[in-house]
Amino acid sequence: MTLKEQQDEIIEEFSVFDDWMDKYNYLIELSKDLSVIDSKYKTQEYLIEGCQSKVWLFAEMEGDVVKYSADSDAIITKGIAALLVRVLSGQKPADILNNELYFIDKIGLQQNLSPTRSNGLLAMLKQMKLYAMAYNASR
Amino acid sequence: MISLDIQKIRNDFPILNQQVYNKPLIYFDNGATTQKPQVVIDEELKIYSHENSNIHRGVHYLSEQLTQRYEDARKTVRKFINAKHDHEVIFTSGTTESINTIAFSFGEKYISEGDEIIISTVEHHANIVPWQMLCERKKAILKVIPINDKGELLLDEYQKLISPKTKIVAVNQVSNALGTVNNVKKLIDIAHQQNIPVLIDGAQSIQHGNIDMQELDCDFFVFSGHKIYGPNGIGVLYGKEKLLNEMPPFMTGGEMIKKVTFEKTTFNELPFKFEAGTPNYVGAIGLVAAINYIQNIGLGNIATYEKELLDYATKKLESIDGLKIIGTSQKKVSVISFVLDNIHHYDAGMVIDKMGIAVRTGHHCAEPLMNRFSIEGTIRASFSFYNTKEEIDKLHEALLTVKQMFS
Repeated sequence: MTLKEQQDEIIEEFSVFDDWMDKYNYLIELSKDLSVIDSKYKTQEYLIEGCQSKVWLFAEMEGDVVKYSADSDAIITKGIAALLVRVLSGQKPADILNNELYFIDKIGLQQNLSPTRSNGLLAMLKQMKLYAMAYNASR
Repeated sequence: MISLDIQKIRNDFPILNQQVYNKPLIYFDNGATTQKPQVVIDEELKIYSHENSNIHRGVHYLSEQLTQRYEDARKTVRKFINAKHDHEVIFTSGTTESINTIAFSFGEKYISEGDEIIISTVEHHANIVPWQMLCERKKAILKVIPINDKGELLLDEYQKLISPKTKIVAVNQVSNALGTVNNVKKLIDIAHQQNIPVLIDGAQSIQHGNIDMQELDCDFFVFSGHKIYGPNGIGVLYGKEKLLNEMPPFMTGGEMIKKVTFEKTTFNELPFKFEAGTPNYVGAIGLVAAINYIQNIGLGNIATYEKELLDYATKKLESIDGLKIIGTSQKKVSVISFVLDNIHHYDAGMVIDKMGIAVRTGHHCAEPLMNRFSIEGTIRASFSFYNTKEEIDKLHEALLTVKQMFS
């Protein structure tokens, strides 16, 4: 699936919810599916510290695509991290860098990626792109 | 005691009458900032619409009028906290600026290498970091009063910390994160036996009851206008005349200066010495409106009603299985800080928010205190006299939903 198709699929999934609680319940479900970071990487080195919640992020190249895994101490943060991983993991570094991420806005979770909401997610997204940039440059 | 007409009071606060996420707003984040009654909003609007002019400078009509109002504001604050002299009341931008001013200025004058400064475990970062930086500059030593599991300061330990090297004690009267009330009178008396001055951070106490400088006898007292139903960006630094006179200015420029040549500047007297730049006269006059407003309701009445809310909420929240209140001292203001099972405070806060309830989550700018309890953060509900028991019931319901969602 392309990055765009991944995003459109998520938008479709979220379109059925008109209540915040349903949305959050779905994020809680998604948090359980997250390809959780190997415990050996759940260390200070891979920690992205937000003021409200913590996120751990690990990335590696597998063939010509980047594989991300993540975890968070807060479940809603973890659910949103799962969405970011779902969209960006398995994509080529150039695609990660060149595609716009619009699904967060569309599903109404942009608050969670605002610089003022210090939950680690915005920093996680930046870090994901930094990994992609590094892999792209080293190719 | 008269009973308060809460509905009438609520009508004085336009912000409370709104919906968020299609639910009636329940504002339980009063520890972070309080809402403003219409009289405060009107006062600021009136100044900008009809009275604005820079103070202490112009000889013209508007300037003279507003200068008078600003100095009257100082008198009102002086009376409100029962300080001895008007010029012991310095207007600042808030508690943080007040503490930074004292830490810098007092530090310049009185702190040298090896001296000791005492704070406590329950301090807000604003009453930790300025002292830490002072200690770094002067190679002084920061000592911390420990607490028990209820969040109460250990007075015996405090007494042991005091030494001939102790130069100042700086503690809050009420913990922002826990709502526990510290026995500052006792702390002050103990310090004064050794002639050690004491700063009281009143940011979380001033809005909950009558506070009297001459009775407390603290050497410095600081608070913010916005936490006492007043405007943002105005705060107070009370200091005893003798100390303030001896201390050098912190910031310079403007009215605080008497005479400047390129060789030497002489500084103005109190209180102007500590009010560099154009003062926030709109804020100061707005603060008067807020003080008048709460005095009209009566701080005693406020304290009584808020205690009723606290007791009700404590009972109600404690009935939730897995909910643990952090800060269980018998002496508390209307603040409840708690953790719920192993549910992350951020998750809980996100869900509670969507039910229209504003609470604070996280470490409340008191990380060392969170470390003391081995937690990352709490959920904090802080109540004001415009809150109701029905609203607390809604919080109770919301927490049950949170529990259900995350377990």
